Amino acid sequence: MRSSVIIFPGSNCDRDMDVALKKFGFKNQMVWHNDQSIPKSDLIVLPGGFSYGDYLRCGSIASKSKIIKSVIDFANSGGLVLGICNGFQILTETGLLNGILQQNKFLNFVCCNVFVKVKDKQNKYFKDLKKDVLELHIAHNEGNYFCSDDELKSLEDNNQIAVTYCGKDGTENEKTNPNGAIKNIAGIFNKNKNVLGMMPHPERMIDKYLSGEDGSLFFKNILDNFK
Amino acid sequence: MKIKVIVTLKNGVLDPQGKAIQQTLNGMNFGNVEDVRQGKYFEIEVKEKDEKKAKSLVDDMCKKLLANLVIEDYRIV
Repeated sequence: MRSSVIIFPGSNCDRDMDVALKKFGFKNQMVWHNDQSIPKSDLIVLPGGFSYGDYLRCGSIASKSKIIKSVIDFANSGGLVLGICNGFQILTETGLLNGILQQNKFLNFVCCNVFVKVKDKQNKYFKDLKKDVLELHIAHNEGNYFCSDDELKSLEDNNQIAVTYCGKDGTENEKTNPNGAIKNIAGIFNKNKNVLGMMPHPERMIDKYLSGEDGSLFFKNILDNFK
Repeated sequence: MKIKVIVTLKNGVLDPQGKAIQQTLNGMNFGNVEDVRQGKYFEIEVKEKDEKKAKSLVDDMCKKLLANLVIEDYRIV
């Protein structure tokens, strides 16, 4: 499976993502934001970081960069696009995903492991995933997902909520919500479920000695579903 | 021509920074501060002499970049 990771000025999880993808057998390439086109890919990843220093709004400047038109065309033709953290913020600013990620409710930068519940498995990312709750890592200042009531209803009706913050046993409540996101939302899909944006970093959970391996499950699952 | 834009959060959208500022003001004995909403202010120099045209250009900029209409409103002043 071929993947491309887009690098923006200020991306800082691009190399972690490269390492993770290659570890599980993706043929990964790095693509610079100023390029016009993306090499043939089965998956495009917008990595975490602080593209353009988070100026104006997180992800807003990156969402207008040269490469984005190719990303949007790829997504609209059904290609898999994954945005992690800042990548999720960029995807909402492009309009490929609904809503926006606001500043965390308690004004603190959160950096910790969290549990997320997989809410939908009818998609190429989570289909046949053996676990329902994953332990992943978050590190962000703007992860407080917000959208209008109509958009929320539409997300729920179409099963577009991908993952939600929860406890180890899967319970979702205010205590397991690290940033104030509505409905504990940690990640969402577009309508066709080929575009996934989420705040947690699977690429940081790929080593059983250093962190945990729930990120490994995530990447292996994408590969398995592609075969 | 210089066009000025104010971008603010829509009513009902949580503004944690505004809240923190309000609480700080209250703590500084500005007890009658009931609410603070924080926003952004832009001064945009446009190469255009016709005010109507300049404002219409800036309006387009607001919709496309300066404001995110999911949570923000803008005012050209």
